[in-house]
Amino acid sequence: MPADDQRTPASLTAKREAAVAALADVPREPGAKKPDPILVADDVKRHFGGLLAVDVEHVEVQRGSITALIGPNGAGKTTFFNLLTGFDRPNSGSWSFNGRSLHGTPPFKVARAGMVRTFQLTKALSKLTVIENMRLGATGQRGESFWRALLPFTWRSQEDAITGRAEELLTRFKLDAKRDDFAGSLSGGQRKLLEMARALMVEPELVMLDEPMAGVNPALTQSLLEHVSNLREQGMTVLFVEHDMDMVRDIADWVIVMGQGKVLAEGPPDAVMSDPRVIDAYLGAHHDQSLAELEQEFETGALTAEAEAELAGTDAPVAAETSGETKDGR
Amino acid sequence: MDWGNILELSLRELIGVQAIVFALAAIGINVQFGYTGLLNFGQAAFAAVGGYGIAVIVTTYDMSFWLGLVVGVVGAIILALLLGIPTLRLRADYLAIVTIAASEIVRLVGRSASGRDIFGGSDGITGFSRAFYDLNPFTEPFSFGPFEFRERVLWVLVVGWSLVAICTLVVWLLMRSPWGRVLKGIREDEDAVRSLGKNVYAYKMQSLVIGGVIGALAGIVYSLFQGAMQPDVYATNFTFFAYAILILGGAATVFGPVLGAAIMWFSFQFIDLALRGAIQQDYIPSWLMDSNDVGAVRFMLTGVVLVLLLVFRPQGILGDRREIALDAR
Repeated sequence: MPADDQRTPASLTAKREAAVAALADVPREPGAKKPDPILVADDVKRHFGGLLAVDVEHVEVQRGSITALIGPNGAGKTTFFNLLTGFDRPNSGSWSFNGRSLHGTPPFKVARAGMVRTFQLTKALSKLTVIENMRLGATGQRGESFWRALLPFTWRSQEDAITGRAEELLTRFKLDAKRDDFAGSLSGGQRKLLEMARALMVEPELVMLDEPMAGVNPALTQSLLEHVSNLREQGMTVLFVEHDMDMVRDIADWVIVMGQGKVLAEGPPDAVMSDPRVIDAYLGAHHDQSLAELEQEFETGALTAEAEAELAGTDAPVAAETSGETKDGR
Repeated sequence: MDWGNILELSLRELIGVQAIVFALAAIGINVQFGYTGLLNFGQAAFAAVGGYGIAVIVTTYDMSFWLGLVVGVVGAIILALLLGIPTLRLRADYLAIVTIAASEIVRLVGRSASGRDIFGGSDGITGFSRAFYDLNPFTEPFSFGPFEFRERVLWVLVVGWSLVAICTLVVWLLMRSPWGRVLKGIREDEDAVRSLGKNVYAYKMQSLVIGGVIGALAGIVYSLFQGAMQPDVYATNFTFFAYAILILGGAATVFGPVLGAAIMWFSFQFIDLALRGAIQQDYIPSWLMDSNDVGAVRFMLTGVVLVLLLVFRPQGILGDRREIALDAR
């Protein structure tokens, strides 16, 4: 993408530099300690029947940074997200946000604590107008209690203030022209924008975006990426799920790679993307071997031995190391 | 055929007690289903609890009428909590199943032989409405054009329509407030509302309770008008009538339930009288139908009208077409 070359230096703002500098000395290994973590998770496990969907030993998210959570389909990213935000309960594990344990906290309290998420399948409230969607996001509304709702004068002034804030956000997200349209009449990309803007109405410290770029017109992805990096400029921390590595490269300060429920690797985008374990997780350990080669290996028994080793529970990275030599063929 | 008479009798139904009762029941369902998306198929149970509250307290236990009112309303709140606590955390269909069963349970307990001493069995309870009619300020019949209302009916109509007006006002105030906005959000997608820091469970419970209390008012008005509390009035078709009325008038509109109830009972009466008149005058041959069939044919015609309405105006009379169009996307 040619646009990247112009954009990258411009987006290297003070906040980004600070985030990158803070993460500079962090070791590039799974479960690395961060200097100022906003979110810390330990031993989070979630089974679905016999499947261990999430098995995260230790993960920290640096405050004020944009952290990407990437991994192939079925890696457990969204499940991990659901666990952290209280939408799903883990079989075991603990995690804390700003030092406060969130284990067993219902989703609405997680949001009130300052950790707000969006969804992979956008949840625009179709039969509410765009501005009503936005107003709904504001927390601590007096008019949301039953008895005060009956007395408009008790909440009118607060409602005006909320509307003002909502309109500002809509302008920033270029949705102000759609203010009074039903959210259901927006395009897919506009819904993503609306959902992000609505999440900001909660005034979160940590914004968790579940595949913000999924299903969006490629022309709109750049603008979405800009909005995401803007969140950091405003002092928020962002954790976002993505399965497309290229999307991540431009904006993430730190990347956490998940595969089969585990954290496989961590580090700055460029370091992570050249990590053979990550490439294997995405493409499979034998992605650049021809079938003929594999057949040959199969006949000599090497492949069977490797598969058996994997089945016996040998760590995936070990298997990945052996396949590192296949890279020579490139 | 005396069209003037038919029209007059039908117009009486337009503002009649049936219209009041079903307007109230439908307003309650409107809060639950129209605005919050809760499928309460047990509105009859809430109405029955309201009616039994008064009847049991006044007749069985010989206590004050006002205490009966309070017991009826509190009973509805308790029923809502009982139904809501186990089901509102689950998917929407669980509430539907539980409420439809609960409504039959309430009716069958009411008409059971073993509870006869308290609930009066299948004959129900009478003799509890005296205190209500003692409050009647009207001493003579009221005439308005061709209409004449006896003082008893007039009193029920005045109280009933005042209740409808109050409930409509409350719903109107609630639904334009941030509280109502949360309910509408829950109807669209409760996970999204959860992710914005709202206690969805508490809001659904409040909605269920308010709709149930309004449903209890329907039962109270009806049993006071009849002077009797009969369990079989509150069978499941009571609930489905209220749903039909709500959909006719327009779900999630403030005046939809009221308009729907008035039109429904007007057309019921009109179709009934017109068919009877036509049979009498031999406009309809006797091999096709006689006056015994009118009751059934009236329902068939109402069904046809409802089907046509759903095809050509799915949003109901007062609904917003654009909202329905969104569902089709």
